[in-house]
Amino acid sequence: MAIVKTERHPDLPPPTSQTGVIGWMRENLFSSPLNIVLTLVAGYVSWVALSSLISYAFIDANFAGTTREDCTGSGACWVFIKMRFGQIMYGFYPEEERWRVDVGYVLVAIGLFFVLSDVVKDKKWPAIYLFGFVPVACYILFSGGYFGLEHVETAQWGGLFLTLVLASVSIFVSLPLGIVLALGRRSSMPVVRMICVGFIEFVRGVPLITVLFMASVMLPLFLPEGVNFDKLVRALVGMSLFASAYMAEVVRGGLQAIPKGQMEAAKSLGLGYWQAMGFIILPQALKISIPSIVNTFIGLFKDTTLVLIIGLLDLLSIVKSGTTDKEWIGMAQEGYIFVAAVFFVFCFGMSRYSIWLENKLHTGHKR
Amino acid sequence: MSDAAMTKQAGMDVAIQIIGMHKWYGDFHVLKDINLTVERGERIVVCGPSGSGKSTMIRCINRLEEHQQGQIIVDGIELTNDVKKIDEIRREVGMVFQHFNLFPHLTVLKNCTLAPIWVRKTPKKEAEATAMKFLERVKIPEQAMKYPGQLSGGQQQRVAIARSLCMNPRIMLFDEPTSALDPEMISEVLDTMISLAEEGMTMICVTHEMGFAKTVADRVIFMDAGEIIEQAPPAEFFENPQSDRTKLFLSQILHNA
Ligand SMILES: Nc1ncnc2c1ncn2[C@@H]1O[C@H](COP(=O)(O)OP(=O)(O)OP(=O)(O)O)[C@@H](O)[C@H]1O
Ligand SMILES: [Mg+2]
Repeated sequence: MAIVKTERHPDLPPPTSQTGVIGWMRENLFSSPLNIVLTLVAGYVSWVALSSLISYAFIDANFAGTTREDCTGSGACWVFIKMRFGQIMYGFYPEEERWRVDVGYVLVAIGLFFVLSDVVKDKKWPAIYLFGFVPVACYILFSGGYFGLEHVETAQWGGLFLTLVLASVSIFVSLPLGIVLALGRRSSMPVVRMICVGFIEFVRGVPLITVLFMASVMLPLFLPEGVNFDKLVRALVGMSLFASAYMAEVVRGGLQAIPKGQMEAAKSLGLGYWQAMGFIILPQALKISIPSIVNTFIGLFKDTTLVLIIGLLDLLSIVKSGTTDKEWIGMAQEGYIFVAAVFFVFCFGMSRYSIWLENKLHTGHKR
Repeated sequence: MSDAAMTKQAGMDVAIQIIGMHKWYGDFHVLKDINLTVERGERIVVCGPSGSGKSTMIRCINRLEEHQQGQIIVDGIELTNDVKKIDEIRREVGMVFQHFNLFPHLTVLKNCTLAPIWVRKTPKKEAEATAMKFLERVKIPEQAMKYPGQLSGGQQQRVAIARSLCMNPRIMLFDEPTSALDPEMISEVLDTMISLAEEGMTMICVTHEMGFAKTVADRVIFMDAGEIIEQAPPAEFFENPQSDRTKLFLSQILHNA
């Protein structure tokens, strides 16, 4: 006898024991006796570690006062950070001019918001603003000398401000330059290819410290008398070129992962090399490289601390020099924890953004 | 009558002419003395065993592969290293690949409008209207806003055909357009190709679909080991093959079908 189903089964929500917090915990934390034990042990250890950190950093910490003598509690002495906060943020940038840096931050933040988020669909104007207008405006604001703004020597720049300048300029330069180098390395023109391979391999073969050292100490020796670049500019050039070489390899990895058929399809439709690259190959290659690109950015961000050795006072070095102040002897712990927290906020932010971006760009062709 | 003869003599009716063409991959002689003339509106099916050089031959026609000897003249333009001429030919010659090669990061509609907008400089609105027209022709207008990864194989291949047609090509090349498809999707793609053939499109089609060859082709070309062994109208080709290699190939392929 044939069995025929005449009514359609309605769609039901999934059983709650398999979804939601409870379902997740049951599946991931308490699925077997061994898992239960491991969960409890790990929970206990994190509790002990976390609670002592919290009482050190917050509960027993000292926030009030102006000198180290005011730190009577057993926890961290944040008074140190508080008293030197201006310096930690801006270095020796003149106090009455610091608003210029803040205005620069706001300009950048507005640009980043519109370029990175998806509140506006068409990114043309936000991109022109962020990559065209903002760099010029920030240069004028930070360095001064125009529109009645007082000139501020780069030697006075420092702290988090300097770290952010170093990181953003080298990120800003290294991505496009890295793409050009990666394309050059795959070019069919032997001279172009040789130059790109030579550059990439040379830069990757030496540590960043030596690149910075060469840029700041050796370069002036080769330049003719009187020609003298700013120390910060030399560091920026060194870091940007260094990062570009790494970026080039990251992008090349992405390019190699794109099937040959994509380029062939583009060519067969009559698209030229640059059109095919710009519309078809690069968008896909960059998309799959997002995790490694952001990885390189994060590495770069942290590597900015190496400018210490050529005497630039970035966030880390300004805090470090603060801890050697005889009025604040013994504040190294607070100083380094604070620096670590600041770096973590920025790097974690980049990492989360890259995950969000990957999900957004996912178009369902990975099956 | 004499007019027609004159234009024919001037090569106006010839879509593709390949004269004494050779190609090597390193030391390996893939294509040997290929001679082929395709008239405008002619439908040609190319078949032959795997590795015989079918793909390589039709890929030479739009310069995805470079030939080393002989001449290829497409639409009156000879293929040389002149990039301008290569681009000119690629605009007029559409190609459909075995693995579709759709652009996965663009919607179906954008796949179809990209080249018209950037290569032909068609205004966006017009390009979109054309794209929708061709998507309707291949019977998937409702998928226009989806991404290729969300379509079935047969649908993807039909998008690929529509994408080529949006450039208004005068010649279409197909490289095994159905061999990556599940059996139930083959006919939907073949139907699209048949309707294209009925409209008088010049087509060169590498395929093992012998049914398609019988109904549509004006001429069947058999290749083996880099050579064109036999060419004949389908009736003759299937009923009365001349060479032993053709006979062997046909017996194998018809057996499996
Ligand atoms: N890039 C390449 N380098 C070297 N040899 C190649 C290359 N591409 C193809 N070949 C060789 O050239 C020969 C012809 O290849 P082609 O792809 O044209 O065959 P085909 O007739 O299309 O076969 P199939 O039916 O399997 O698609 C094969 O022997 C193949 O191994
Ligand atoms: Mg082939």
